[in-house]
Amino acid sequence: MSDSLISETVKDAVQIAKDHNGDVHEHDVHAGDNHSDDHGGHHTSLGLSNTKLAMWLFLGSECLLFGGLISTYMLYRNRHSENLGPDQLWDIPFTSATSFVLLTSSLTMVLAVSAANRKDLRNTKIYLGVTALLGALFLAGQIYEFTVFYREGLGFTTSLFSSSFFTLTGFHGVHVSIGIIMLVAMIGMLSKEKVSGDEAEAVEMVGLYWHFVDIVWIIIFTLVYLIPA
Amino acid sequence: MAIIERPAEAPATTNRGSAPTPKASTNYGYLRRPVETTGWRSWAFTVDHKKIGIMYGAVAMFFFILGGLEAALIRLQLAGPDGTILSADKYNQMFTMHATTMVFLFVMPMAAAFANYFIPLQIGARDVAFPRLNALSLWVFVFGGVFLNTSWFLGGGADGGWFMYAPNSSVPFSPTNGVDFWGLGLQITGIASLVGAINLIVTVLNMRAPGMSMMKMPIFTWMAFVVQMLLLFAIPVITVALFLLMFQRSFGAQFFSVEAGADPLLWQHLFWIFGHPEVYILVLPSFGIISEVLPVFSKKPLFGYPFVVFSGAAIGFVGWGVWAHHMFASGLGPVSVAVFSVATMAIAVPTGVKIINWTLTLWGGKLTFTTAMLFAVGLIVQFTIGGLSGVTHAVAPSDTQQTDTYYIVAHFHYVIFGGAVLGLFSGFYYWWPKVFGKLLSEPLGKWNFWLMIAGMNLTFGPMHIIGLQGQPRRMYRWTEFRAGEGFFNLGFWNLVATIGTFILGVGILLFLINVWITHRPNSKTPPAPADPWDARSLEWITSSPPKEYNFARTPQVSQLDEFFHRKYEDVGEGDKHEYVQKMTGEEVIQFEEDNADPNIHLPAPSYWPMVLAFALPVMAYGVIYNTLLIVAGGAIATMAMFGWALEPADAESSDFDPPVEGDETSKELANV
Amino acid sequence: MTDTLETPTAHDDHGADVHHGPSDKQFVTIFFILAAITAVEVAVSYIDIGALFLPVLLGLMIVKFFTVVLYFMHIKFDNKLFGRLFYIGLGLAVFVYVAALSTFQFFAG
Repeated sequence: MSDSLISETVKDAVQIAKDHNGDVHEHDVHAGDNHSDDHGGHHTSLGLSNTKLAMWLFLGSECLLFGGLISTYMLYRNRHSENLGPDQLWDIPFTSATSFVLLTSSLTMVLAVSAANRKDLRNTKIYLGVTALLGALFLAGQIYEFTVFYREGLGFTTSLFSSSFFTLTGFHGVHVSIGIIMLVAMIGMLSKEKVSGDEAEAVEMVGLYWHFVDIVWIIIFTLVYLIPA
Repeated sequence: MAIIERPAEAPATTNRGSAPTPKASTNYGYLRRPVETTGWRSWAFTVDHKKIGIMYGAVAMFFFILGGLEAALIRLQLAGPDGTILSADKYNQMFTMHATTMVFLFVMPMAAAFANYFIPLQIGARDVAFPRLNALSLWVFVFGGVFLNTSWFLGGGADGGWFMYAPNSSVPFSPTNGVDFWGLGLQITGIASLVGAINLIVTVLNMRAPGMSMMKMPIFTWMAFVVQMLLLFAIPVITVALFLLMFQRSFGAQFFSVEAGADPLLWQHLFWIFGHPEVYILVLPSFGIISEVLPVFSKKPLFGYPFVVFSGAAIGFVGWGVWAHHMFASGLGPVSVAVFSVATMAIAVPTGVKIINWTLTLWGGKLTFTTAMLFAVGLIVQFTIGGLSGVTHAVAPSDTQQTDTYYIVAHFHYVIFGGAVLGLFSGFYYWWPKVFGKLLSEPLGKWNFWLMIAGMNLTFGPMHIIGLQGQPRRMYRWTEFRAGEGFFNLGFWNLVATIGTFILGVGILLFLINVWITHRPNSKTPPAPADPWDARSLEWITSSPPKEYNFARTPQVSQLDEFFHRKYEDVGEGDKHEYVQKMTGEEVIQFEEDNADPNIHLPAPSYWPMVLAFALPVMAYGVIYNTLLIVAGGAIATMAMFGWALEPADAESSDFDPPVEGDETSKELANV
Repeated sequence: MTDTLETPTAHDDHGADVHHGPSDKQFVTIFFILAAITAVEVAVSYIDIGALFLPVLLGLMIVKFFTVVLYFMHIKFDNKLFGRLFYIGLGLAVFVYVAALSTFQFFAG
């Protein structure tokens, strides 16, 4: 049931090219190629969920977004005054702790999805709630960190390094915030049975978004914090 | 078997003979669902891809005229020496807004109009994957385009050129709000494009009719699909660039402050990593359109369909590796320049493949030169000219002379106007009867075509000459003293270009007149036949215009050019093909209608897309003027998103059906 | 035949997930592995391992990245198309940004 779209397409193309044979009128006469299975309900060409396809496409596009922000940071990471660079400012133990919090939230997220698949509504909501709390804790840590940097003299407009740093981590933080809103909204909608469509899938979609936010942080933590100037 | 079961007589309270507006159920989020089936509300809150496509097209056409007026002013300024029509500052605004309007508010949305209207029809679907998201894309584009253009009244248009190089675009050098409107406006329209891309990719991948494999899809859908993939990955890159610019301008961030150590090339890279795929986004839909038109009017299938498909995908793919050819003179260094130069030469190959396939489609065919066909052939000729100058740019040393001169202006107008725009016009004439139920006038169409060809060649042809003679881009006036003599006199050719512009304008005016004559209240144009061109692809197995539900029943597809093969049977032996007509187009359509599905469920209209779209310019004005507006806009957006999430995708039956005795019947909305 | 849009999941695909993929216990194990890798990363940033520093750190980052993508985001067990669409975006991003940074001599010395 899981077709390979690309290899089917290439096979079709090769067959069409073989039919070519130099004559003027050409066409593909393969009848009835049918990749879909009708389950007595709706028809989709690939037997896949539209929403899931959409989410993965969106995450693919987000790679270009964060890639651009990360590259800008990498270009400008050394352009700062002597005392206000990464080596002077970073508090690695603290950031490691907040990173660990975010990583844990990924675990609770995946457990929420698992519970949703089992139709275990109660645990789904609990795990979603814990995920949101851990996310909020991560954000609180970020905000605290930023206030410390600010007090030490690193503002948004201080240097190229600072602008890039705050933009990159700020965008990530906004994504986390939106994720928390989605998690809380999901808890509410599950409680009121207001989820249109498959509930487990909706939770899974929030999960995909949340994990993406986590993997962006995996990159940021290494490239921004752990690699010295 | 009838599809729709209606009450035998219309209830007394109908207006204009349409179905009565039933009482909508309540309790969808916080607003009741719109239920009107006629009038402006049936357009404003529609989620029907066809209506959305038409609105995209109408608004895009408006911006085409606007961009054309901006061009006319530029050309008037340059018609003679020491022009006084535009000051230097106004001139900067004019060329910036002309290009921005044409690229982002005309070509892209017009291609979106075609994609929106025809992708579902060509793949045998009833709508796109996410109909409300589709409406969102439309309204976000409309509001974003309007927002961008309010800059004219609020301090002046953007003035940094359409690629807005930093640091020239930062506040010290562009102090008015024009650039802010530009940056925010493009962020807004970028959302429309990104969301639309996700929507159409899912539609093409997952909503094809049974039997339609990817390699049996009509070629326009294939090219539009490649375009959506390009948009999906290119828009985020310009998003980054625009955020950096806006943070610089509005909040004092340091990204482009050279005195703080910034590198101007950062902007250039980010912009052109988007910008080069963008030019393929502009032209590939038109390539798709003419790939439909040429076979129909040659009475031959598209030559080498798999090659056209794969070369389109190849262009999309290789197009990501050539962006720095826009930066050859920026100080990249010889290694980078050499690499990008070679890559750029490579990309001419798949484009050449297409030209060959189109030419071979025509070869040996029984050609009919309708207006649509003229525009299609015109594209092949004009785009090739533009492509040839493009090849000269790929050679970095010669580009160093050409860059920032009118030679470049000539190149991109030949490929954009001669490529993208001629293709769009071919699409207009080809698909007009399908969309609007009437054929545009052919005699007027031919005048339209020839005046556009004459006009564009007179306008952009001389630009090759004046560019190589050294006239730079974006210079607001030229002087007699610098104009040179004899054949290469800049003055002479500038005047020719200006005259050409007006011939072009008349040509385009003829198109508008054609539309008017065809559709004005007392028009004598009869309704079009269902299959006026003896076409080949699936979208023609519908009425003209199609019913709201598109297909009476979801078509079963067995081959490429499905419609053609239902009309014509191959009675040749072995490898020889001989086609004999077994059914007319009307009979094919009638057969489908006679075997219609008893129940058709359509997605329901919604307020939320428009509400959410409205929030975006509110926030954008807030960035420029008052932070409170950002909060207000954010609140509207949040409310809209929640309303949207809480509203089921499909409405209850009671929202729409005219009440009928007995069982559940179809949910057709009356045609407007 | 009823034709609906904006449909819920094709049940087949969803059914497949439930029977494939890690169990909750396995998810917890994977989590501890990720936590351990993170601890190693942090340790490496304090200890001097010379020229190995950058390769090790980046290598660990990549391992964590793909572990989350393949297991937590389930790509390993889902239809290959999802992964492919995501990897196209990822691949393009890596390609264009590494190329752009190269023109700044970012990777030189």
